[in-house]
Amino acid sequence: MTTTLPPVDAVLVGFGWTGAIMGQQLCDEGLSVVALERGAWRDTPTDFATTFAQDELRYMWRHHLFQNVSDDTLTIRNNTSQQALPMRHLGSFLLGTGVGSGGVHWNGQIWRFLPSDFLTKSHNQQRYGAKSVTDYDLTVQDWGVTYDELEPFYDQFDKLCGTSGTAGNLKGQIQPGGNPFEGPRSSEYPTPAMPQTYAPTLFGVAAAGLGHHPFPHPTGNLSEAYTNPLGAQLGACTYCGFCEKFGCGNYSKASPQTTVLPYLMAKPNFTLKTESEVLKVELTPDRKRATGVTYVNSAGEEFFQPAEMVILSAYVLHNVRLMLLSGIGQPYDPNAGTGQVGRNYAYQTTSSVNVFFDDKILNPFIGAGALATVIDDFNGDNFDHTGLGFIGGGYIAGMVTGGRPIEMMYTPQGTPAWGLEWKHAAAKNYLKSFAIATHGSCMSHRGNYLDLDPTYRDTFGRPMLRMTFDFTDNEHKMSDYLTDRAAEVARAMNPREIKLNRRTGSWNVIPYQTTHNTGGAIMGDNPGNSVVNKYLQLWDVPNVFSLGAGAFPQNAGYNPTGTVAALTYHAAATIKSQYLKTPGPLVQA
Amino acid sequence: MVKLTFNRRRFLVGGTVAGTAGVAAAASLHDGELGAPPQTFTGAVPWQEGTADAPPGASGTDFIFFTTTERAFIEAAVGRLIPNDPVGPGAVEANVPFFLDRQLAGLYGQGQHYYLGGPWPKGTPEQGYQSRFSPAQLYRAAIAAIDRYVGSTFNGAAFSGLAAADQDKVLKGLESGAIVLDGGVDSKTFFAMLLQNTKEGYLSDPIYGGNKDMGAWKMIGFPGAHYDYKEWVSRHGERVPFPPVGFKGRPGWTGGLR
Repeated sequence: MTTTLPPVDAVLVGFGWTGAIMGQQLCDEGLSVVALERGAWRDTPTDFATTFAQDELRYMWRHHLFQNVSDDTLTIRNNTSQQALPMRHLGSFLLGTGVGSGGVHWNGQIWRFLPSDFLTKSHNQQRYGAKSVTDYDLTVQDWGVTYDELEPFYDQFDKLCGTSGTAGNLKGQIQPGGNPFEGPRSSEYPTPAMPQTYAPTLFGVAAAGLGHHPFPHPTGNLSEAYTNPLGAQLGACTYCGFCEKFGCGNYSKASPQTTVLPYLMAKPNFTLKTESEVLKVELTPDRKRATGVTYVNSAGEEFFQPAEMVILSAYVLHNVRLMLLSGIGQPYDPNAGTGQVGRNYAYQTTSSVNVFFDDKILNPFIGAGALATVIDDFNGDNFDHTGLGFIGGGYIAGMVTGGRPIEMMYTPQGTPAWGLEWKHAAAKNYLKSFAIATHGSCMSHRGNYLDLDPTYRDTFGRPMLRMTFDFTDNEHKMSDYLTDRAAEVARAMNPREIKLNRRTGSWNVIPYQTTHNTGGAIMGDNPGNSVVNKYLQLWDVPNVFSLGAGAFPQNAGYNPTGTVAALTYHAAATIKSQYLKTPGPLVQA
Repeated sequence: MVKLTFNRRRFLVGGTVAGTAGVAAAASLHDGELGAPPQTFTGAVPWQEGTADAPPGASGTDFIFFTTTERAFIEAAVGRLIPNDPVGPGAVEANVPFFLDRQLAGLYGQGQHYYLGGPWPKGTPEQGYQSRFSPAQLYRAAIAAIDRYVGSTFNGAAFSGLAAADQDKVLKGLESGAIVLDGGVDSKTFFAMLLQNTKEGYLSDPIYGGNKDMGAWKMIGFPGAHYDYKEWVSRHGERVPFPPVGFKGRPGWTGGLR
């Protein structure tokens, strides 16, 4: 039996970064807002206190803060000729759950995409010819929103987080010490860049010697104490080296908990319900309007929550699945090329180069999630791609997020994975090695998409999401190019030896890569090429908004959270200024 | 049916949020573990004393998962994966077999955070773990299957009774998949799990029963659950002199607890 609850103005499906930001924006307008989160409540002193937060086994390897896939996962395959099988254990990406979700266990890497990243199709077409954007069956397109439109909202997120960094482009003026390739910023970072430890410093010196342009990674692990516009206070990072996959016990990493929730939770017009999983967005018979959502809580009670607006603020994969389960839009068919929901799923293309010294103690355990010196010389279209056979790029970072010894035990080329030789290599190299990361883009491709699995179902009997994905030749060429550039910097550091970890073969679910899944609910300038408009509003059901990286038509060579947040603020601003006055389509189809 | 207009002041007249609002009692189970009760929060950030989600450390000394036969296999196998020598402790000396026993007896062994529903086609290597077994079931089935293989290949011997070189040969055969096991066990899958779990027991906090006396951390120079390195950030190339510390402290300042 389903209990119908009193109606609200807006219901948020999922309560991580986008839900918290949108919830705060709508509550400040006086709307009644209910957030439904399928995981549990989480707060710093209860769930990741400094007395037990530095626990590699529990959080990284036993997945304590991640989505428990034992009752609900997705199915995976590399191409349509294979049968998709369940992702039975998390690996390649680490899905969040609970209040704050991935915003709790992210690294705090806060990036803006390049102005040209929003024009992937038209920019590359113009510079490299029409074929450059259709080679390898790529299906890239422009976003329908520009960097200039998003800049105020990137800035808003920086001020929410207190981002630490050094500007490289202030209102068009290139600044010393920052990233000279970035789009113009309207203001300097709220807090100064983090001081760098030994390995990132050595990387920066070597990169500069090669003529590149090193700068400190912009970070949500704060260099100094900061109070944000919502009155939330963050402390200076202590470099404990447990950011990614962990919660911060020190209130030093920007997260929904440290930046939004102290303010939002106190609002009388905001309610959060945890352990409440939305099963379906309910639509009117003509499917042009959502009436609310049906959800079930962990006590097994089912509710209908009527709402004027439905905000899909769960993770990319959940938002897309919920649309498919609710009969919203037309599912993408890769053979016919029809339908938009699930189209242009993309990921991130990473590789690394390990660097081993004999004479330098690097102390890798002194780390932070975004502690790195970076070069952006080979990201996006910051370099001439003529004759290279690919589009896109990525940043290269001398990065030390920590020295967690199970995960980050680097051993030289040819070292066996076990036995005395492994142990001796671990003992010899742990303090004197680190990894240079390449963080590459992933273009969208005709055969990479999301739909519903025909075989596997979750505990509620609903079809699981099916992911069909592989890296294309464009991504492999791009990644090899980045890995070669990273190796040049590595060699310039004069180490004893290096080891190249290239991105080879098909996408494999086992080794951790990144939790940067994108697409499937992409944005665009008309219903024929996208699921949502530039304000993240569904073309088909205008009182539903789909937040998050699902809107990316393809993925750029940066971590997604900054752009995810900027798109959310951008959508919220237009909802407030236009939609609430005249509910309806914000862009005419 | 709700009308298309917004009532910005609806919440002020009490029309929206259920009367059950308020800070609910803290959950007895935390997220990551299924089964926490549903809660409704409004009006404040909830917090309750005495509910910190402390790590579930190992207790006792007797083995509760492995049988005597299984324990003999495990001690022999992990002793080859990480052998003992003057450079640092081996996996046996670091108490890894006990760590594995407690992991397999607990939620990890039961397959928490594993989806184990069928059907179970073999899949491609890229599709990862595709066994129907939980980790505890896989260890149990694999150890029995390996002992059968070893018995038929080495004149009835058990793995633990083989010479070190033969043990290494068997382990390499499992690692590469060259040894095919019966009983529904994929040798590569089991070897990968055993090696991963062995390194986990060797290098994780001693609270979980392995990494005895933080010997593996001392060997590599990892200070453990240290909280604040600010003063060391700019001291490039200096050796940080702190001996390792675990969640239960270190012997020097906790009266012998480890």
